[in-house]
Amino acid sequence: MADIVVKTEDVVKEYRMGSNILRALDGINIEINRGEYISLMGPSGSGKSTLFNMIGALDRPTEGRVYIDGQNMSQLSQKQIAAFRCHRVGYIFQSYNLLHVRSAHGNVTLPMIFAGISEKQRNEKAEQLLDMVGLGDRMYHLPDELSGGQRQRVAIARALANDPSIVLADEPTANLDTITGREIIDLIKRLNTEQGVTVISATHDLKMLDVSDRIVDIRDGLVERIRNRDEIEIEVGEVGGAGH
Amino acid sequence: MQQRTPIEEQIDLPFVESLRISFQSLKIRFGRSIITTAGITLGIAFLVSVWTNNEIGIALQESGRQSTINTFEETTEQGISTKDIWLIIMSLIVCVVGIANSMLMAVTERFREIGTMKCLGALDGFVVRLFLLESGFQGFSGALIGALVGTLGAVLLGLKDYGLDLFFYFPLLPANPEDGPMQLGVIIIILLGCILGMILAVIGSSFPAWRAAKLPPAEAMRTEV
Repeated sequence: MADIVVKTEDVVKEYRMGSNILRALDGINIEINRGEYISLMGPSGSGKSTLFNMIGALDRPTEGRVYIDGQNMSQLSQKQIAAFRCHRVGYIFQSYNLLHVRSAHGNVTLPMIFAGISEKQRNEKAEQLLDMVGLGDRMYHLPDELSGGQRQRVAIARALANDPSIVLADEPTANLDTITGREIIDLIKRLNTEQGVTVISATHDLKMLDVSDRIVDIRDGLVERIRNRDEIEIEVGEVGGAGH
Repeated sequence: MQQRTPIEEQIDLPFVESLRISFQSLKIRFGRSIITTAGITLGIAFLVSVWTNNEIGIALQESGRQSTINTFEETTEQGISTKDIWLIIMSLIVCVVGIANSMLMAVTERFREIGTMKCLGALDGFVVRLFLLESGFQGFSGALIGALVGTLGAVLLGLKDYGLDLFFYFPLLPANPEDGPMQLGVIIIILLGCILGMILAVIGSSFPAWRAAKLPPAEAMRTEV
């Protein structure tokens, strides 16, 4: 039986814009298994980022429930939600969201400070993580002194600081060129296969297709379809024109 | 896998850690911090100079060395002219609005940072404490400099009006209320200026920081300035 790590039940999110109500999510039901690489795909405005925020406890649904590890997120206290964000999930954003006043090293240590890890341990861990993402020689640079790809690597190292079981990536390659984007995707995929981290990525980058186990297509706030790996491989083959 | 365990509660960070992070933030953002602090300095300098100038006027009036400026003024029972009261109230308003505005701007441009810190596991209380410490420090140093600059300004103005007599009758300490109109004395005015500057800075910064910390992180990070 599959080990379900994320489950949403009829998740609805409405935004109030003056007198209008915008329904960004219109009843989303999905289940994500542990260790999966899932891509939430859809055009901008489809609601994929909103869904991403709901799964990551970054926003509250208007209706419906989100379960993570069997826990109903709406029943958690403020301190539990903070602990959840700190320990269970690592976030990677399109615009990196690094604290520009802290060095790469300082950004990576921050979640460990919040987790109450000792200074010695967090310094060691930060160095090890920055080495892993290939920034061993630029640890003490400020984000402004790094390229886009390097900043996203810092963000990935930061996301992994407290050994989360889920990594949430919101358009992680949208601000990067093709080659750098490819490198970032490979890095995220490596975490998925080598460390068994569940990856949930909101994207419309087609390069994400061939590394995903499943693709959830979101359109107008609804799950349009869910494709699994086999179907994806056929489609990539067709797109690439490799006719066997 | 260690999952399936219930989600624990986030720990509160020790105070020293907050202090360290807030000072680091002030240091790295030095240029921006100076501008915010300058806003506080100006507001308090204006208030203290007007107030002190008024006290000097009264002190010299009491001593019989009346200034030419107040000769035609309508004076209240306490010897403070309505124009002076008006001026002090105006400077107080300018000071309050100026400081509140500069703190508000300084926090609003950091909403994204607040959202990001919450994503990484910061508690609302921690975020507020960080801003409380930063603004308290900025408020105190800005107000102290402002109060001293304001006093210096009032002394220079007094010298122009009254000459060196100013120093013989300088209202450094509170006057005995039985001797005449109520006078707080320059030391108390400086102290009040410092306290006011600090309180305004702390309220002006902590209130928006508290509001941002209460927002879901997604919303805080969406905020554009």
